[in-house]
Amino acid sequence: MSDLLLKIRGLKIEGRSDETWNPIINGIDVDLKKGEVLGMIGESGAGKSTVGLAAMGYTRDGVRISEGSVEFDGVDLVKASAAVKRALLGKRIAYVAQSAAASFNPAHKLIDQHTEGPVQHGVSSRGESELDGIELYRRLRLPNPEEIGFRYPHQVSGGQLQRAMTAMAMACRPDLIIFDEPTTALDVTTQIEVLASIRDIVEQFDTAAIYITHDLAVVAQMADKIKVLLKGDEVEEADTRTMLSSPTKDYTKSLWAVRSFERPAKPAINVNATPVVSIRNVTAAYGTVDVLHDVSFDIHAGRTVAVVGESGSGKSTAARCITGLLPPRIGHIEFDGEPLPVSYKQRNKGQLRQAQMIYQMADTALNPRKSIGETIGRPVEFYMGLKGREKRKRVEELLAEIELEPTEYFNRLPSELSGGQKQRIGIARALAAEPKFIICDEVTSALDQLVAEGILRLLAKLQDELGLSYMFITHDLATVRSIADEVVVMKDGEVVEQGPKKEMFKPPHHAYTDLLLSSVPEMDPDWLTNLLQERGVDNIGDAAVDKM
Amino acid sequence: MAGLSKIILQRLLLGIATLFAVSIIIFVAVNALPGDFAQSILGQGATPEAVAAIREQLGLNEGPVTRYFKWLSGAVQGDLGIPMSQALFQSFAGSSTGGDVTTVFEQIVPRLKNTMFLAGVSAAISVPLAVTLGILTALYRNTAFDKAMNVTTLSAISSPEFFLAYVLILFLAVLNPVFPSLSNIFPGMEFSDRLNKTMLPALTLTLAVTAQMMRMTRAAIINLLASPYIEMARLKGLSPMRVIVKHALPNALAPIITVIALNLAYLVTGVVVVEVVFVYPGIGQLFVDSVKIRDIPVVQACCLIFAAVYILLNLTADILSIVSNPRLRHPK
Amino acid sequence: MNALIWIIGGLIVMLAVAWAFRFAAQKATNDKPYFRDMPLGVAFGYVFAAAALLFSLWYFFQPQAVDGVPQPGVIFFRWAVIGLLGFAAASWVFRTVFRNVGTENSKKLFRSMPLTAAFGIMIIFIYAIVSIFAGLIAPYGQEEILGAANVVAGGDPALGGNPEYPLGTDQIGRDIMSRLIYGAQNTVGIAFVTTCLAFFLGGSLGFLAAVLGGWLDQLLSRVVDALMAIPSLIFSLLLMTIATAWAGSEAWLVTIYMIFIIAVIDSTRVFRLSRAVGQSIVVMDYIEAAKLRGEGMGYLIFREILPNALAPLLAEFGLRFCFVFLTIASLSFLGVGIQPPKADWGTMVRDLSQFINFAAFAPNVAVTPLLAAGAIALLTVAVNFVVDWMLHKSSGLKE
Repeated sequence: MSDLLLKIRGLKIEGRSDETWNPIINGIDVDLKKGEVLGMIGESGAGKSTVGLAAMGYTRDGVRISEGSVEFDGVDLVKASAAVKRALLGKRIAYVAQSAAASFNPAHKLIDQHTEGPVQHGVSSRGESELDGIELYRRLRLPNPEEIGFRYPHQVSGGQLQRAMTAMAMACRPDLIIFDEPTTALDVTTQIEVLASIRDIVEQFDTAAIYITHDLAVVAQMADKIKVLLKGDEVEEADTRTMLSSPTKDYTKSLWAVRSFERPAKPAINVNATPVVSIRNVTAAYGTVDVLHDVSFDIHAGRTVAVVGESGSGKSTAARCITGLLPPRIGHIEFDGEPLPVSYKQRNKGQLRQAQMIYQMADTALNPRKSIGETIGRPVEFYMGLKGREKRKRVEELLAEIELEPTEYFNRLPSELSGGQKQRIGIARALAAEPKFIICDEVTSALDQLVAEGILRLLAKLQDELGLSYMFITHDLATVRSIADEVVVMKDGEVVEQGPKKEMFKPPHHAYTDLLLSSVPEMDPDWLTNLLQERGVDNIGDAAVDKM
Repeated sequence: MAGLSKIILQRLLLGIATLFAVSIIIFVAVNALPGDFAQSILGQGATPEAVAAIREQLGLNEGPVTRYFKWLSGAVQGDLGIPMSQALFQSFAGSSTGGDVTTVFEQIVPRLKNTMFLAGVSAAISVPLAVTLGILTALYRNTAFDKAMNVTTLSAISSPEFFLAYVLILFLAVLNPVFPSLSNIFPGMEFSDRLNKTMLPALTLTLAVTAQMMRMTRAAIINLLASPYIEMARLKGLSPMRVIVKHALPNALAPIITVIALNLAYLVTGVVVVEVVFVYPGIGQLFVDSVKIRDIPVVQACCLIFAAVYILLNLTADILSIVSNPRLRHPK
Repeated sequence: MNALIWIIGGLIVMLAVAWAFRFAAQKATNDKPYFRDMPLGVAFGYVFAAAALLFSLWYFFQPQAVDGVPQPGVIFFRWAVIGLLGFAAASWVFRTVFRNVGTENSKKLFRSMPLTAAFGIMIIFIYAIVSIFAGLIAPYGQEEILGAANVVAGGDPALGGNPEYPLGTDQIGRDIMSRLIYGAQNTVGIAFVTTCLAFFLGGSLGFLAAVLGGWLDQLLSRVVDALMAIPSLIFSLLLMTIATAWAGSEAWLVTIYMIFIIAVIDSTRVFRLSRAVGQSIVVMDYIEAAKLRGEGMGYLIFREILPNALAPLLAEFGLRFCFVFLTIASLSFLGVGIQPPKADWGTMVRDLSQFINFAAFAPNVAVTPLLAAGAIALLTVAVNFVVDWMLHKSSGLKE
């Protein structure tokens, strides 16, 4: 018998749509030794989660394993009976889901859900497993480990729940844990402490793991070896360092290259120039609660200002103030030196035309019942007064500008486009108004990295050609690095720090900026280890934020 | 807990406010009768004395606002006035005869009890049946069993109650005399006899309500089974029974309770037609009879009672689903 | 008591058969996962279904008359089965035809259609034709009093029928078939008009409330809440009392009032839905984009919101039509709806209902009230089948 814990051979999986079965996974092999961590990466639709679940002999509704074998410690989970699988699941193979908030049963306390596995599998008694749970909570550095388990899931924060779920997976000391994007839904500062805890505990108990993620830098910290998937096929597999330093396949190389896109720095701003948009001492409230406090910053012609912050920092609210959807309580917005009416309802066509917006979710930003031609044509007609053939010609020009074949896409509906193409249509609709200024609200965060890079390059090209100004709202510092000229850091509705990008990425920083910057995972496999050594485990994540 | 009781109190007040609004609507509607109320009931040929007597009897000589509050305060105390038929009789016989006048209240109470009995029997059959079938179809969804149930229940929902009633009469009363087709219920009847005579109307209502309740239960359970924590429970290697009992049921309770209460509220409406078909002496039958002879005080009172029951059941559904929500039961 | 013993005994026997069936299947298929993991309940389900099917088959072929005495149980059962299979076959043919005839889009639609939906579309189609051309199809007028009263359905003179009146005549000698056909025109037509009115009212107010929000939304929503707190059949009965008083001796006015009353009561439900649908669309980013572009209210409602609301509204139209149709039928059945002498199915059921008691010895007599009630049920079932399919399809597309 070999020392292989998990041996997947020729795994093929099909999914049902419109009453027919279509392949999702086209034959994948996995070998995993005891205590080894395999990182599985790929874009959305690559089938990573499906493979992860199949490694447990489980498929979701409407999905089936059509061929191949999944041998766990000599037992083929594809052929095994339900009872045999039940005896293994939870006890020897455990699962950590993407959304801990949805994966804990809202009706029971954390500790009750924690002890359920060990008690049901006869591993330990309720009392023993409760004590063990508290010990695991402590090892995962959860605050108040004695007490936290006796809360209900909705009473605990997202990052803590994710660690509690890791503890639950550890309850029976399994040989294998499947981590399915455990940190994707978390903010960067929270992500880092969950990563650190997961890595420690997996090492301590010598547990084998499959770590599924779309984030290369994360997988570099966690995995011993990496497997890259693309549309249900394996691209390549190698140990982490080899894979990072010398990928062999083109697709992998292009994935790696995304993170190196960076625009050349622009000359310093002329201090006497009037900014295109100027936010002056804006305080804004939803109802009676102030969510923005005295925010001021300028956006100059042909420049990109990145507004950075975690969820709830007020970046999108600032955008709503500029567009006039949320009139500020105090302060105002200036455009080319002229104050704008606070509400969009009082602005005239010319003022509305000059400031356009591109949205995060291209799905909800395009009317699903309107063809691409109608969507882009409307602002052309509305603002420029073009009709008939002139309008059509202008729309085709715009389509060419966003690098889509005009005649092919003119009559399509949004549902017939991919995510990246939809986002390009959103850009074209903004361009159709021929504005000076565009707000980009997290325009790349819903996209896969390669597609996102294409969008960023397009935006940069348009800026160079048309002299546009961008306000770029994002939580992703890699995006900031690649496109911004100036950076504004926000936290809890206030501007913490602002300045040119060059200065922002160099110390000394404001403490929060520093924490934010240092929490962004890097491709270096030693990054997390070094960071923890440098700062100590108590100076990362929420604990560090709380200290400020 | 303070938050929870506050929400419940809010809902209760809202319920009372709704009932109040409904009483105004009913009162306004009734007062929209054309011309003189008393005249239009007695017809053109009535003597002025008779009209005057009727006006006196029904208190029509006062302004509408005064009348409304008199009616409302009376209704709260259980005094719903006297039926038109009695008023007519008295006005002709002379109001001094007094004696054994049946008030609306006295007319309604025994019939309301009968209707409650009928609704109770149908609920006792339909609730367990619907919940069981709902869970079974959810567990075995997209099987032949599920599809057959889907077609059957859809047909039952779509059919008018009187169609279901006559089909049941045809098969269970005429062709195979299992139950009587007329429900002549009277006070002091033995329970088994009473149950036997109530069976056909109850079965009709059961057919109509079960289908709806089952479909809603099925939808609620399917929705629940798709949630990540159920997948998590399965991936913990728990037995299917434990997944259902320990993980699905506590969360399914709220939606199922809501479904049951909503459908019991539907029974209130369904009861009218069914009582007429089976000549069942309930409040629905009384209501329809009064509508035909335009006996306004009775119509008004029945309407208010129906609305009150309906609001009460919806309120119960609302409150129970709040109480069973762990997020509200255990605030942060 | 005996019956109870039989039932329990039958269940135990079936359970045993189910166990044996599963055991045999496991052995025969060499433990295929399907049979290996089959719960006993499922095996019982199969056995139960098979037993029910066998019993139906046996009962179907029982003699229809023993010693000249008709067996109404068998007769009704045969009618039901033949009717069901006939409809299934007809809808299968209907679907097959339209899978091969028509435009590319309609062919595609019929290819993915379940039999129930095809049945629904076929029935709606037939009803529409019958109600539009009622005057041409019906052999007699709806109010025409013919020579013979109480002619039995079936047209067999030996049983009291008359081939001139295939479905017989009623108590005062009107041809039931003609009245059924005119009933389609009256009942379905009135229900359709009422539903359209309810949609116009509830829909426009609902979208307005969703788009404008603020005090108008609050006001309309509170009014609708209060109106919806009264069960709709009760409320319409109450209002019909008043309407009949207003109408006096003018019977046709009652019908007009009824249309308005039911439309208003039903528009509250439409209001709720269109407001909810409208609100879910209003929060979309493309609406925000249009607002920020400076578009006016008309453009927002008609060009951005309405096209996206059509699918859910269409499904709701079907459901509401059923509801209105059933309410009108119920009102007529209770005697306060469509007024005689106009033919109407609800009234016909009430007038003919006593005949059902003759079923034990004369099945042909008993069938007439069921025909009218069945005509109502058939249409609502058909519409519901189509709506169910539409809802299923739109929820499937979302995934």
